[in-house]
Amino acid sequence: MGKFYESSTVFQYNWQQVVQAFWKRYPNPHSAHVLSEDTIFREVRGNKLFTKRLLTKTNRVPKWGERFISNAKVGIIEESVVDLNNQTLTTYTRNVGYTKVMSVIEKVVYRVSDDNPNHTVAVRSGWVDSQVFGFKHAIQAFGVERFRKNCSQMVLGFNHVLSKLYPLNGQSNNDGSIIHEEKSSVQEAKEKLKDAAKRASDLAMSKATPILASCQD
Amino acid sequence: MNSVGSNCNELKQEYDACFNVWFGTQFLKGNNNESMCAPILKLYTECVKEAIKELKIDLKEIERNVLHTEEEKKKPGES
Repeated sequence: MGKFYESSTVFQYNWQQVVQAFWKRYPNPHSAHVLSEDTIFREVRGNKLFTKRLLTKTNRVPKWGERFISNAKVGIIEESVVDLNNQTLTTYTRNVGYTKVMSVIEKVVYRVSDDNPNHTVAVRSGWVDSQVFGFKHAIQAFGVERFRKNCSQMVLGFNHVLSKLYPLNGQSNNDGSIIHEEKSSVQEAKEKLKDAAKRASDLAMSKATPILASCQD
Repeated sequence: MNSVGSNCNELKQEYDACFNVWFGTQFLKGNNNESMCAPILKLYTECVKEAIKELKIDLKEIERNVLHTEEEKKKPGES
C-alpha cells in the first residue's frame, strides 16, 4: 500500500482550448526534464479518441537513491481518452522500468468547471509506491515531494502554452462571450451579465491567489 | 519536442502538425473520420517502435493497457 495524493487545478480556458493545448504542452519553459514525446498508438472509437504516448524524462534522484536507480532516464507511458460527448479528457501515466524501486502512477481528469463553463478543472490523483525493503518510506516521501514539484511545473507549463495559444482569453472573456452567444430572452441576457460579473471576479480572485496553491496542498 | 528516436523527428513533426489540425477542425467538431493523418501516423509509429527496441525498454510493458481496466488504481475508499 503506497501513498495516495490528490489535487485539483482550475485553468481559465474552456475545455476545447485545454484539450487542444494538451497535445502541444511540450516543450515549454518548465519542461526541461522532458526529453522526448512520441505517439505510439492512436484510435477513434465512436466519439472517443484513445491515445498512448511514450515520454522520456530525466530521473534525478537524491544521493542516497543512486544505489537503487542508476539510469538518468525514465520512460513514462501515458494513456488517454478524450471523450467528446462527456467533455472529459482522462490521462493515466505510469513509469516503465524501476517500478519495484518506485512506481509513480498519476491520473488526471480534465472537465468543464461546474462554476464556470469557460473554465476547466483538472483533478489529479497520484499513487507512489516502493518495494525496496528498509527504504520504502524514504522513497515514498521522496516520490510524493517530487509529485508536488512536478505538479506545479505542470501547471506553470500548461498555463504558459495556453497563454501563447490563446492570448486574448483572459481579456476578452467578459464581453466576448456575451456578444457571441444568442440572447433569446431578457432573462437569459440578465443571467449572462451575472455570469460575466462572476467571471470577472473569479479572474480577479485567481490573480490575487496563485492557482498553484491548490496543487501544493 | 524531440522523438525518442532522432531519425523519427521529421516524421513526428509532420504527424503532430497533421494531428493538431485534425483534432481541432475535425474531431472536436464531431467528425471522427481519422483517415486524414492515418498514413503518416503509420510511418511514424513504425519508426518509433524500432527506436524503442534499441532503447532496451520493455515493449510488453509499453503495450500493456491500464486505463479503464481492472488494473487501474483506485482512490482509497473506492471499490
